[in-house]
Amino acid sequence: MAKITFITSDNESTTLEATSGSVMQLAVDNGIAGIDGDCGGVCSCATCHVHVLPEHFKKIGEPSEIEKDMLELDDNVNEYSRLCCQIEVTNSIDGAVLRVAK
Amino acid sequence: MSESTKNKSCVVIGASHAGVNFAFSLRKEGWEGTITLFDKDPEIPYHRPPLSKAYLTTDGSIEDNWLKSLESYTKNDIILRLGIAVSSINRESKHIVIEDGTVQGYDKLVIATGARPIIPSIPGIESAQNLFSLRTAANVESIREALNKSKQKRVVIIGGGYIGLEIAASLKKLNAQVTVLEREERILARVTAPEMSQFFENLHAENNVIICTKKNVTSITNKEQLNTVICADNSSYKADIIIVGVGIHVNQEIAKEAGLTIKNGIVVNASCQTNDPAIYAIGDCTFHHNPHYDRNLRLESVQNAVEQAKIAAAAICDKNPTYAVIPWFWSDQYDIKLQMVGLATGYNETLYRDEQTEEGYKFSIWYFKDETLLAVDAVNNAKAYVIGTKFIKEGKKIDKSKLISTIDFKPANLLLE
Ligand SMILES: Cc1cc2nc3c(=O)[nH]c(=O)nc-3n(C[C@H](O)[C@H](O)[C@H](O)COP(=O)(O)OP(=O)(O)OC[C@H]3O[C@@H](n4cnc5c(N)ncnc54)[C@H](O)[C@@H]3O)c2cc1C
Ligand code: FES
Repeated sequence: MAKITFITSDNESTTLEATSGSVMQLAVDNGIAGIDGDCGGVCSCATCHVHVLPEHFKKIGEPSEIEKDMLELDDNVNEYSRLCCQIEVTNSIDGAVLRVAK
Repeated sequence: MSESTKNKSCVVIGASHAGVNFAFSLRKEGWEGTITLFDKDPEIPYHRPPLSKAYLTTDGSIEDNWLKSLESYTKNDIILRLGIAVSSINRESKHIVIEDGTVQGYDKLVIATGARPIIPSIPGIESAQNLFSLRTAANVESIREALNKSKQKRVVIIGGGYIGLEIAASLKKLNAQVTVLEREERILARVTAPEMSQFFENLHAENNVIICTKKNVTSITNKEQLNTVICADNSSYKADIIIVGVGIHVNQEIAKEAGLTIKNGIVVNASCQTNDPAIYAIGDCTFHHNPHYDRNLRLESVQNAVEQAKIAAAAICDKNPTYAVIPWFWSDQYDIKLQMVGLATGYNETLYRDEQTEEGYKFSIWYFKDETLLAVDAVNNAKAYVIGTKFIKEGKKIDKSKLISTIDFKPANLLLE
């Protein structure tokens, strides 16, 4: 079980619990504003962009190469950017806080 | 919103990528009235692209591919009426009629009926056994079941477009013997450059999928549970299973009968409104204007369905959105990820850029009309895809000689000075 907190662009914070699946799916199922997940989670649409809180970045991990490339020219990219369809919900990401990118 | 929508009713025909995204966007835009989605498919709405890709190869359940969780419909007060076909629209009294004859009134109606596969009228096709097309979750179940039951698993796929090729790759993974029959001189002929067709032909050959081009299927026979697919050049192919992937028909009949303007799809303006101001149309079923390419077209893509859904929702809530998208699309076959952006039609030059990596394929094809970049097809190369997107969007000119050089692959380095 992992608890994950999303903070949307209007600073609304929602904490959700899950045991499996992708973080994008969790966000979409709970209507987190700004996470659309249009491609269904295959790293093709970049509509699931989040900024991981710096102190949580280590447990979430680095983006893959394709993910990095997808984000490279995004206006809101930073060093803590991830496409959250590529983050799997596991116990090890419990407590992570993710800010939804614009 | 200028007037209250509290007592208003919005009805949506079709609950897939377009209809479902529309319903949620409409709530977000502040619609307070009812929202009712009708779909003849009994399943909770799901993502279609995985049907020919990952979902086909797993024995997972469709629930993993739901567009939205069941609770989110309740939470947003969106009524799902599934397994119900809408049979007509009455514009004068503003109601729709569903298959059992009941009527449902609307203030705003949204047509998101998408498309259905073409089943060509090949002699003998009606007698074929285990012949399928692929558009719905139920189709996937039927294909999986037929494949499980079949000993030899000889599959003939008629049509070498993206869907046909994706199905070929997926069924190969399930140990089928797959042959693709394509009528044109090359696969993907209508959608991509010859180099890309060649690449995919080789890729499938490497994976032991047989691709035959210039094969015009003229008849199908069935004897003792076995189909034979016969082509104009007299070649014939044995098939335990046949899959037809030769394109789609737009589901536009009810719109047409209601007198809405139809061309190559239901005609809509930049706010996705039809010629009846109370009726909107979105997704695969629309014929619309793309301002970037200044062309009227019909698109079959998730992106277009989602974008038009947002536009229609905003328009109904009296905002003034305009449709301005650069089309993008993707296809996954084996471990190849193809990403496409733009519309390649009308190009007069293509440039090929190879990233020269050790591991596997990584390249891109750039389509130009003179100096204007129209489209990019990128294979395992998200960087080319995003750079291409940026140049197309901004309309900046690319230095072609730099594009094909080994200079560091960054937009700033590619600008024409
Ligand atoms: C196998 C496959 C793979 C694909 N892969 C990709 C891909 O990789 N990338 C991509 O961008 N796109 C892909 N597409 C295309 C994409 O799925 C479509 O563009 C998208 O589904 C369009 O959404 P839509 O809501 O407009 O129409 P549809 O998805 O066609 O939905 C229309 C809905 O309306 C319902 N309906 C129709 N008429 C009636 C009626 N009279 N009464 C009640 N209900 C009705 C239908 O049952 C259907 O559920 C793929 C499509 C398929 C089939
Ligand atoms: S959902 Fe499309 S990239 Fe994450």
